[in-house]
Amino acid sequence: MPPPTDSTKSDSQALNLDAALQLLEQSGHPLPRLRDTGKAAWLQAVIDGLCELSSRDPLTGLANRRHFELMLAGEVDRVARAGEPALVLMIDIDHFKKVNDAHGHPAGDEVLKHVAHTLSDCIRPMDTVARFGGEEFAMILPNCPPSFAHAVAERIRIRIQSMTIPIAAGETVRVTVSLGGAFAPQWVRSSPLLWVERADQQLYRAKAEGRDRACLEQPAVSFVSPEEKGLLFGTSQFQDLLS
Amino acid sequence: MSNGTTSESGRILAVTSGKGGVGKTFVSANLAAALAARGERVLVLDADLGLANLDVVLNLFPKVTLHDVLTGKATLEQAILPAPGGFSALLAGSGLVEYSRLTPQVRDQLSEIILQLVPRFDRILLDTGAGISDVVLHAVSLADEVLVVVTPEPTSMTDAYATIKVLATLQKRRHVRLVVNQVSAAGEGRTIRNQLQLVVDRFVAPQLKAEGDSVPLVLELLGEIPIDPAVREAVGKRALLLVTMPGAPAATALTAAAARLAG
Repeated sequence: MPPPTDSTKSDSQALNLDAALQLLEQSGHPLPRLRDTGKAAWLQAVIDGLCELSSRDPLTGLANRRHFELMLAGEVDRVARAGEPALVLMIDIDHFKKVNDAHGHPAGDEVLKHVAHTLSDCIRPMDTVARFGGEEFAMILPNCPPSFAHAVAERIRIRIQSMTIPIAAGETVRVTVSLGGAFAPQWVRSSPLLWVERADQQLYRAKAEGRDRACLEQPAVSFVSPEEKGLLFGTSQFQDLLS
Repeated sequence: MSNGTTSESGRILAVTSGKGGVGKTFVSANLAAALAARGERVLVLDADLGLANLDVVLNLFPKVTLHDVLTGKATLEQAILPAPGGFSALLAGSGLVEYSRLTPQVRDQLSEIILQLVPRFDRILLDTGAGISDVVLHAVSLADEVLVVVTPEPTSMTDAYATIKVLATLQKRRHVRLVVNQVSAAGEGRTIRNQLQLVVDRFVAPQLKAEGDSVPLVLELLGEIPIDPAVREAVGKRALLLVTMPGAPAATALTAAAARLAG
């Protein structure tokens, strides 16, 4: 879309931004006033607002699947370059249908919101947590070594398990989650799809083994530690060879 | 493990590398030619299922491929081609890219095909993909022996080491052969083999021991191949080095490696 040139008309009319502005207003997204910022900055704010809107799940406020896939593709590239261990976790609320059936969909929505909030509370700023669909959530944890991964997954599981969720006046429910995790493929032929699939397989395993548990793919034994690299390239004989 | 080939049992050698671009397919093809020159019946199988560039290296673009065999459109006989260099090739065809996700069905079919090939050849080389994907690991698991191709570059060495570690821990390999490609001085291959063995002894062996397995993991240098302008020339012409320039230093080194492999 070309930026507006010199125009005395209102930009919102010239570009027909009505639908966009309506969306932003309805979702409660604040916009600066056109006369305070000038045209370019205001339009940028509208675009930023729309981007933000299209990358979020409206119910939980988490990243949506679209945004998750974008982040995941970026992470695959980063892992291929840096070779850092990264983890994808798929998290599914156990027996969620029972909550909906027994307490109604508004109660189900409350559960989703509370779980989402707790998940966001469990992660570091560089991590991504998304609503993948239905009662399934997904996380990307960059630079997450295998030794750390089990602790993270367990922490999430226990936090959710110990949570009491108010669904109506005087009424609460408790839920558990199953988690499946897979580490980034370190070399070629990694794809976001395959990575998620491998995590999903672990999630199925967690479900099959009785739910309320975390199953992680066997950590990549292909990971080479700095100590190993140090020895591989550390001796003077090899230094001479390289120089 | 160490005696020579016999007519009734094929010997399956997986050729792999950590990093791509180290000359894995070049080594597979030329090693096959060198073994064929020794009188062996050799087949090279594109075990990367279509992502390898074996077809490019051999300059073969067949109409019938492993893909057609797997989908029942052709017989195995139709897909086995004579390659320059006196050996046979079974190419995957680009249609197999979709199989880069190894389903149980493809896994079984691949095993079945290799079983059928074993009695017909003295030696089968599985040219695997780079990296450690599930396809590569499966292909390697079907082999009697593994050959890791490595270059003196630090990234290649790191990835080769990671591959060796995976093979030792996941597949209980205790004997891994090495070909060091693109060495700039004689003896460099030995140095790299020793360096890799040192790290294996320090970091992998204790882990295996902790799991109750005290058989040492031994890296055997099968050969070192010098940097040789003839290689670039042959690759550029899509010709096999061993066919077009058998006297080139790299070709001589490959012939020596084949002799060592044949025992």
